[in-house]
Amino acid sequence: MSLLEVVDLEAGYGDVLIVRGASIHVEPGEIVTIIGPNGAGKSTLLKAAFGLIDIASGTVRFKEQDVTRMPAHRLVEMGAAFVPQTDNVFPRLSIRENLEMGAFRRKGGTTERIEELLGRFPDLGSRPGEQAGRLSGGQRQTLAMCRALMLDPSLLLVDEPTAALSPAARQDLFRQIQSIRDSGVAILMVEQNAREALEISDRGYVLVNGAVALEDRAEAMLTNEDIGRMFLGRSEVTG
Amino acid sequence: MDFVQLIIIGIVVGSVVGLGAMGLTLTFGILKFANFAHGDMMTLGMFTAFAVLGVVRGPTLEPFSIPAGLILAVLVAGSAVALLAASLDRLIYRRLRRRGSALITMAIASLGIAIMTRAVVQLIWGPLPKRYSGGINPSWSIGELRVKPDQLLIVGLTLVLAVVLYLLLYRTKLGKAMRATADNAQLADVAGIDTERIRQATWAIAGFLIAAAGVMFALQAQLRYDAGFEFLLPMFAAVILGGIGNPWGALAGGLIVGISQETSTYWIPSGFKAGIPFVLLIAMLIARPRGLFGSTF
Ligand SMILES: Nc1ncnc2c1ncn2[C@@H]1O[C@H](COP(=O)(O)OP(=O)(O)OP(=O)(O)O)[C@@H](O)[C@H]1O
Ligand SMILES: [Mg+2]
Repeated sequence: MSLLEVVDLEAGYGDVLIVRGASIHVEPGEIVTIIGPNGAGKSTLLKAAFGLIDIASGTVRFKEQDVTRMPAHRLVEMGAAFVPQTDNVFPRLSIRENLEMGAFRRKGGTTERIEELLGRFPDLGSRPGEQAGRLSGGQRQTLAMCRALMLDPSLLLVDEPTAALSPAARQDLFRQIQSIRDSGVAILMVEQNAREALEISDRGYVLVNGAVALEDRAEAMLTNEDIGRMFLGRSEVTG
Repeated sequence: MDFVQLIIIGIVVGSVVGLGAMGLTLTFGILKFANFAHGDMMTLGMFTAFAVLGVVRGPTLEPFSIPAGLILAVLVAGSAVALLAASLDRLIYRRLRRRGSALITMAIASLGIAIMTRAVVQLIWGPLPKRYSGGINPSWSIGELRVKPDQLLIVGLTLVLAVVLYLLLYRTKLGKAMRATADNAQLADVAGIDTERIRQATWAIAGFLIAAAGVMFALQAQLRYDAGFEFLLPMFAAVILGGIGNPWGALAGGLIVGISQETSTYWIPSGFKAGIPFVLLIAMLIARPRGLFGSTF
C-alpha cells in the first residue's frame, strides 16, 4: 500500500501544462528523491500534489484516499506536510509563532511539541522570539522543516531544502532529513545536490519535461552512467 | 480658534480616522486590495446604531451626551456590519479569488459595493441629516482648554479598541494566523491554516471597527448618507502614512491626518481643510510609499 500515489498527473499554470503525465509513488518510511534539470516541473509537481495549483488531469491518492484537488489545509489534517522551495517561513512572525502556525489544526499539546522541537534544534531554541525573517538560510530551512513537523505528519514533501546552503549546512540538513525519516516520516524530496540526496534515499526519479524519464533504486541511480554524467558531476565537485 | 484647541479637535477627528483606518489596513494587508466600500460601511454602521436608538434609548449617561442605549447600538451596529462584510466576502470576493481575478477587479467590485451601500442608506433613511441626541454636551475646562466628555469618550474607545486589536493579533491563534496570512497566504495554506476562514474573520473585525468609528463620528456630528464616504480619503491617507498592513501605523497615521487637517484652519480657510489628507497622501506616495513606520506588524 503506497502512502502517496500520483498517477498520470497533468498540471500547470493557466493553460500551460508543466507537468505532463507524471506518475510517482512513496511508500511508508521511504526517502524518495526527484532530480531533474531546471524548469523540468519538479516544484510544480509537488505543488500540484499538495493542492496548491490547478490539476488538469490525473489522480493523487494519499493514504488510499483520493485527494486530487483537495485544498492544502485538508491534506495537512490528513497527515501530509510540505516545505516549499522558497518563502517557506513567515518572515514577520517569530520562530515560536512560525511553529504555532504549523499546529494551527491541533487542539492541544502544541506547547509541548514546540518545546521538543526547539530543544532538538538549539539554533532555533536559543532565541524563540526572533523574527524568522532575520534567520540565516540554514536556520530558515530548519525552521520550515520544524513547522512542517508540528503535526507529526506521516509524509513530508520538501522542495530543494539545501539549495541556498553552505556545504556544511547542507550536510547538517541531510542528516536532519535522515533523522526525520528514522522517526517514521516518509519523505519526498526534490534536490539539485543529487549525489548527496540519493545517498540517503531509498528510491529516485528523474523528471524531464514534466514526465518521469527514469525511476530506480537510489544505489542503482548513483552508479548509472547517464545520471552520473548529467546530474552527479556537479555535486561531486561542490560536495 | 486657539491653536491648542485645534489640536484637541484634531486628536478627536484623528481618533475616528485612525479607528477606521485600523480595519482598512487589516483588509489591505491580508486581502491585498484597497476596499473602497470601507467608508460606506462606516455610514451603514452609524445609521444602524441610529435605528437601534430609535427602539432602545434609555437615560442619558452623564457626563456624556449619549443615551444608555448607545452601548447596545454600538454592539448591534458593529456586529451587523461585521456580518455584512463577511457575507460580502463569501458572496463576491471569494468567487473572484477562486476565479483567479486580479486584485484590481476586487477593488473595483468594492467600489460597486460602496455605491450600492450609499444608495441603500439613502433609500432607507432619506437624504436629510439625523442626530443621535438633541442635547448639548457641556465642555469641561482645563485651564484655558475646553474638552467635551464625549470627545474623551471617542479617544478613549479608540485606544481601548487598539489595545484589544493588539491582543488579538499578538496573543490569539486567530490573530497570529491573520498575520501569517498577511505575510504569505499560500504558505499559510500549506501550514494547514484555513485561509478562507481567516479572510472572513478579517472582514468581520474590520467591519466591527469601522462601524464603531461611524458611531463615534456621529457623536460629534450629524449623520448623513455620505458621511462615511467623506472619511474614505483620510482613512486611506492614514493607512499609507502608517504603512499598509500596520494597524498601529494606521492609528498614528489617523492622528497625524486629523491633527494636520484641523490645525491647518489656523492658517487657511477651513473650506480647504478636506484637501489636507489628499496632500499628505500624495506626498507620502512620492516620498515614502512604504509608510512612516514600514508595513511590519
Ligand atoms: N507561478 C508560475 N506561473 C507561471 N509559470 C511558472 C510558475 N512557476 C513556474 N513556472 C514555470 O513552470 C516551469 C517549471 O517550473 P518548476 O518550478 O516546476 O521547475 P523546477 O523543476 O522546480 O525547476 P528548478 O530546478 O529551477 O526549481 C518553468 O518553465 C517555470 O517558468
Ligand atoms: Mg523547483
